[in-house]
Amino acid sequence: MRVVPFIISAVFSSALIVGLNKQWGSIPPMGKFLHPQYGFWQNAEPSSQSFDADLSIEDLKGNANVYLDERLVPHVFAENDEDLYFIQGYLHAKFRLFQMDLQTKAAEGRASEIAGEKAINYDKEQRRLGMRFAAENAMKEIEKEAAYKKLFDAYTNGVNTYINSLTESSVPLEYKLLNFQPEKWTNLRTALLLKMMAKMLSSGTEKDLDYTNAKAIFLPDQLKKLYPQVPDSLLPIIPKGTAFEKPGIIPVPPANADSLYINNTESVVANEISKPDINNGSNNWVVAGSKTQSGVPILSNDPHLELSLPSIWYEIQLQTPSSNTYGVSLPGSPFIIIGFNDSIAWGVTNSQRDVKDYYDIKFKDDKTKEEYWFNGEWQKSSLRVETIKVKGGDDVLDTVAYTVFGPVMFDKSHPDTIKGNRNLAVRWTAHDPSNEAITFYKLNRASNYDEYVEAIKSFECPGQNFVFASKSGDIAIWQQGNFPARWDRQGLFVMPGADSSFMWQGFIPQEENPHIKNPARGFLESANQRPADSTYPYFIPGSYISARAITIENYLKDMNAITPDDMMKLQNNYFNTLAEDVRPILLKYIREGDLSSTEKKYLDIFRNWDLMASPDSKGQTIYQCWFDSLEVGIWKDDLTRSNPMAPWPEEQTTMEWLKRDSAFSFIDDITTPEVETIYDIVTAALKKASVNLAKNEMEGKLEWSKFKDPTIYHLLKTALPAFARTGLHVGGNGNIINAVTHSHGPSWRMIVQMSTPTEAYGVYPGGQSGNPGSKFYDDYIDNWVNGKYFKLWYMREGDRLDKNIKWTMKFKKA
Amino acid sequence: MKFLVATILTALLAFIAGLFSFSPWWGFAITSLLVAVLVHQKAGKAFLAGFTGVFLLWGGLAWWIDMSNNSVLSAKIANVLPLGGNTIYLILVTGFIGGLVAGMSALSGSYLRSSGHHR
Repeated sequence: MRVVPFIISAVFSSALIVGLNKQWGSIPPMGKFLHPQYGFWQNAEPSSQSFDADLSIEDLKGNANVYLDERLVPHVFAENDEDLYFIQGYLHAKFRLFQMDLQTKAAEGRASEIAGEKAINYDKEQRRLGMRFAAENAMKEIEKEAAYKKLFDAYTNGVNTYINSLTESSVPLEYKLLNFQPEKWTNLRTALLLKMMAKMLSSGTEKDLDYTNAKAIFLPDQLKKLYPQVPDSLLPIIPKGTAFEKPGIIPVPPANADSLYINNTESVVANEISKPDINNGSNNWVVAGSKTQSGVPILSNDPHLELSLPSIWYEIQLQTPSSNTYGVSLPGSPFIIIGFNDSIAWGVTNSQRDVKDYYDIKFKDDKTKEEYWFNGEWQKSSLRVETIKVKGGDDVLDTVAYTVFGPVMFDKSHPDTIKGNRNLAVRWTAHDPSNEAITFYKLNRASNYDEYVEAIKSFECPGQNFVFASKSGDIAIWQQGNFPARWDRQGLFVMPGADSSFMWQGFIPQEENPHIKNPARGFLESANQRPADSTYPYFIPGSYISARAITIENYLKDMNAITPDDMMKLQNNYFNTLAEDVRPILLKYIREGDLSSTEKKYLDIFRNWDLMASPDSKGQTIYQCWFDSLEVGIWKDDLTRSNPMAPWPEEQTTMEWLKRDSAFSFIDDITTPEVETIYDIVTAALKKASVNLAKNEMEGKLEWSKFKDPTIYHLLKTALPAFARTGLHVGGNGNIINAVTHSHGPSWRMIVQMSTPTEAYGVYPGGQSGNPGSKFYDDYIDNWVNGKYFKLWYMREGDRLDKNIKWTMKFKKA
Repeated sequence: MKFLVATILTALLAFIAGLFSFSPWWGFAITSLLVAVLVHQKAGKAFLAGFTGVFLLWGGLAWWIDMSNNSVLSAKIANVLPLGGNTIYLILVTGFIGGLVAGMSALSGSYLRSSGHHR
């Protein structure tokens, strides 16, 4: 042996292996990562991959088959409910494991375990919002009834059975890239996923902190005009003129409401880091047989959410001898969330209702947070010490005080921006014990209107507009949720928390939630607008969006002999209703004589625009830039009188105000000595917008789709641009029916005609497989971009030999 | 002849080591070292045989996987790693890393067996 050379080469070899086994910053361990038998190459799925399988599983009660069609949609045929949801869990894990794992970890405030220290503040916020607290409360409710608990247990078992079958080479790609391991599933994680949805849809629908700052600078009367509860142009979900019953509960404001609350002008410095996207909304509508060519109802739904790869939805059919349901599910939860069975179809949009309020808390000692002042004495708070594990760093501890209202979300130790002595506790309906998932279990099996009503009535949070159609010809909509009964302006702003007088006095009785069945006009629609006009006997604040509902209603009321094809066209419609109202105003007040030739060119394009936000439209880009500049010109000087600034009025409000009164006082720019008129502001706005427009035109980005660059990111967003689909040729906007923004929009489009047999169509911007190495990762996107749909194959018992079946997974009881 | 035998044996054993899920990813470093001990060659040749064996194995496997995947994944990974989206480079880098580890291990194996200058 040549000792010295051997030692040198052996040491060098070992060092090489150790170096290749280690993660360097964001670079995964390269040795394992590149190894063709262990690393990422193992995730490169052959294009001829077979998904046939023979599985023998102890936990099953009987045998079951999963038939996969050519789009990789599973049609699950099981003998009983438990096996059905076991297999749903297994399939979710097989095709979407990383997504489920990441989303629930993030929901719980454990993102730092994966992303490192940059996610610490995000994690703190999730914990301070009480996400795990909410999930634990939901769990108590879920586990109360053995008949329901076993369904969740079966789902969890299915997920874990798949996780246990994984080897180092078969774990999903993202685990290899980020160098961590999948974690076992639990029922609590299912609850966490549902609370993530609750946050997405009911946590960003209040602006209490912003409105509190607005209250610091505007008079009560001004506030009502800047942030109106009922817009002039509102077309509510429940058609105007529908009579409402007398309220079952009449909340009374406390005697000191004016002095302590309404006229309190103290501002608040607190920011949510991960406030849900304001565009989280949706469209749904249903037309009765009287308006369709086939004579049966047609139901349409497209939920608007952050678009991601893999998609938030997973398409599936679930069949047992007693039920047969088709639709989309959420990986991480059993049941079908939006879909249809042989008797009914249903869909959801967000209610946009405000169900989250803040209360001022006074601690005896801001450091320990052990006692707070309530009803004239010091009360013990319940302290929860949160341990945040950080990848590549030390654990971070954060103590959250729970009060009678809920967790104290903002205090001196978080975030760093809060000043003064304000500690804010959050009261949020998502914290209340409830079992939302079971609504879907029942809806999946409902066969008529009464069973649909029975299924949804226990659904508390997030409030949803459940649209409904049945084969027996009924159409209906219910805005369902557990909503506080508020006195006028209760909870619009941060409320005093020194005693119980400002607490919620009760909830609106469930049967008084806005609803309507079989209206004479033959159609119903909801698109995140206020559910009812001012005759609804409750104060119901929220983040409502009016424009899409107006467009939908204008089309539907004129349509007759409607076909599924018409509904597809409507879901992909680009008409800009708000611009239709705004254009004459802009054209009226523009001073053409003051414009340069470039500005004049943009004005001409805008003047001749067809009002469609289509992908190649230049008019839409000009409109949007001009209107955005106009809003800045009118409001910014006034809103920034408060620090932090007061919230922007809705664009609908700006439009209505300009229409009503072009000389209103906010037009004037208070930062200049001159008094500006509407002519000055409109003209200046175009001039300002033109600078931006000219820059974009130089870069070849004046067309709307190039300007907004529609992109569907991988779940890890900009950290993995290579896994995203960018530059999609699709138009639309948040206020357009086809609500595609830069990375947000219709996450599932579905149309169901209640004929015999049922005729259904659907598409989502993604693919069934979460594996970026699979051709099924993003194979639906082109169809989605082009407004095309897949015919949804509602498989029946007799179809087990059908040619649509491409692969079969056989599950046998071991 | 010895070179060819060593190369083929290195590739074969490295492949087999990769089939067992209980073996760590660097199992082929051990087998490459063993091959160099059993089929003794001078240091430079041993390194080259080890390198070539695993370079061809890894590069070949990666190329084969990539073909049947229509480069769906490699195109993405070649952007995650700084390779400008070039899938051929990704296959070559894969082969090179495997080859380097195997070559260095074989070098060690050769020195381990070698009895000095008089052989």
